[in-house]
Amino acid sequence: MENLVQFVSKNLEQGAEPFKGIADAGQATVNFSAIMPSMVLTCFGLLLLMVVAFSPKGKSGPVAGLSLFALAVTGALSIAGWNSTEIGFVGTVALDNFATFFSLIFLLAAGLTILMSGDYLKREGCTITEYYPIIIFVTAGAMWMASGTELITIFLGLEVLSIGLYILAGIFRNNLKSNEAGLKYFLLGAFSTGFLLYGIALTYGATGTTRLAGIASYISANGDVTSSPLLLAGMVLMAVGFLFKVGAAPFHMWTPDVYQGAPTPITAFMSAGPKAAALAAFIRVFMLGLEGMKVDWSMLFWIVAVLTMIVGNFMAIQQTNLKRMLAYSSIAHAGYALVGLVAANAIGMSGILFYMLVYTFMNIGAFGVLVLIGKKGEENLTLDGVAGMGYKSPVLAVVFSIFLFALMGIPPTAGFTGKFYIFAGAVESGYIWLAIIGVLNSAVSLYYYLRVMVSMYFRPGTEDFSWIKPGAAITVSLVIALAGVLYLGILPGAVMEMAKLAAF
Amino acid sequence: MITLNHYLVLSAILFSLGTLGVLTRRNAIVIFMSVELMLNAVNLTFISFSSYLGNLDGQVFVFFVMAVAAAEAAVGLALMIAFHRNKDSIDVEEFNLLKW
Repeated sequence: MENLVQFVSKNLEQGAEPFKGIADAGQATVNFSAIMPSMVLTCFGLLLLMVVAFSPKGKSGPVAGLSLFALAVTGALSIAGWNSTEIGFVGTVALDNFATFFSLIFLLAAGLTILMSGDYLKREGCTITEYYPIIIFVTAGAMWMASGTELITIFLGLEVLSIGLYILAGIFRNNLKSNEAGLKYFLLGAFSTGFLLYGIALTYGATGTTRLAGIASYISANGDVTSSPLLLAGMVLMAVGFLFKVGAAPFHMWTPDVYQGAPTPITAFMSAGPKAAALAAFIRVFMLGLEGMKVDWSMLFWIVAVLTMIVGNFMAIQQTNLKRMLAYSSIAHAGYALVGLVAANAIGMSGILFYMLVYTFMNIGAFGVLVLIGKKGEENLTLDGVAGMGYKSPVLAVVFSIFLFALMGIPPTAGFTGKFYIFAGAVESGYIWLAIIGVLNSAVSLYYYLRVMVSMYFRPGTEDFSWIKPGAAITVSLVIALAGVLYLGILPGAVMEMAKLAAF
Repeated sequence: MITLNHYLVLSAILFSLGTLGVLTRRNAIVIFMSVELMLNAVNLTFISFSSYLGNLDGQVFVFFVMAVAAAEAAVGLALMIAFHRNKDSIDVEEFNLLKW
């Protein structure tokens, strides 16, 4: 034992390789407070798995309630850590404002999803109560992605998140659509993981480290590495992996199929939480690690952002299935978020953070309404299916319209303020054409969102919508989403200040 | 003498073969095997860089990749079994319910 201590201290003095990271991070300790929120959440997840295992079959018991409690505790811990940066595990994890802000988005998305799941699972006849713990684990994975400052940590977070989502997308074992969504997501997700890993491997080869800070300092110390084919290929392949998870064109092909086939609350969750997590890791890797190669990647993302907005909006126009339409609209929204990444300045970055929060409220809200409108099997979630709803179920129709207005970006909803900050960031960085293309795309999106409202209010329907009976939990979820959309639309100042503190 | 370049070229070839397999094969299990080939090509890259740079990060990464690949296989095969029960096939041509 003593020999080991001597060996370690000798190595430390010499700055030997295995301990190189300590010098990079300036923090030798393990420091559990850097992972406290996600650790607590994971422990709750394990506990919930036990609860599920020991409850009688088909009885979820207190699982949903306990999951919400776990999310609330984690949220409180995260908020308590606001404005204090904790670095842990020899610099592989950083719990800073950026990670905290994104963690709160994931927790919120998970909470709203769990609230709207109970009635839905009952209606669709799903008795698999592992559903809730898996959502908890996915959220924990998302939090690791946002707080990882090292490629291994980020990769592990990404995989915990992805594997959980494969299960959730295919959780209705007897429903062929859900099977197909899960399997498609799994095959394409594993494929994209291969690209991400190859990118990481090449970057590691070019810079000799997997730490983002180490990569950045290597690039700034060796300027000529930016033109090395190894690092360029690594950067592009990593971008491919992340763009797949974000659902950006031309790697968006899985999005509509998976979003349509997956259970609706899971679709809502997938389009908000994991998308934000992928963006968080994206921002960390490219703004922190590969900032020295900004010239190369901002051009790449300019093209991807434009392509994503155009593909998302123009494909959404052709859809008659509402879940599929919202899936394409989520592709378009990923494009708007990427505009902020191209801008790569303070207002663009805080704009992304703010926009992901707004998007969580408005998109989960819209999907929550779809959860209520759907009958068993959800064959009626089409433009024809909602015809006449405006008069038969007026309150829900108004709520749905508000969420759709928010997705369009019409003031005074939060969708407007969110897009405003992102496009303002693009203009400030001199990407005026990008901002113009973004605004024109928002105009295109009016068409397909308004078409839903036209169908609800101006087309005669045969249905009486008597099956819509909102339970308490889903009502709470919709009210929170609605309050968020309106509050952030009318008084964005306070939250935007938080986003500014969180961005880097 | 086998140099770093030989290993890198070999892993690039393996990675391309895996990619080609994913894009051309029709059976979901064979596609998944091709993905595993891609992951192992990446592992080879990591190990050869690790040995070349004299730095352990790459080897640590390989352990994590293997663990993740095992977890992914468990979930993926379960999904394939569920699909097979309902459709009696895991041919990707049968993935035809969800499309535009």
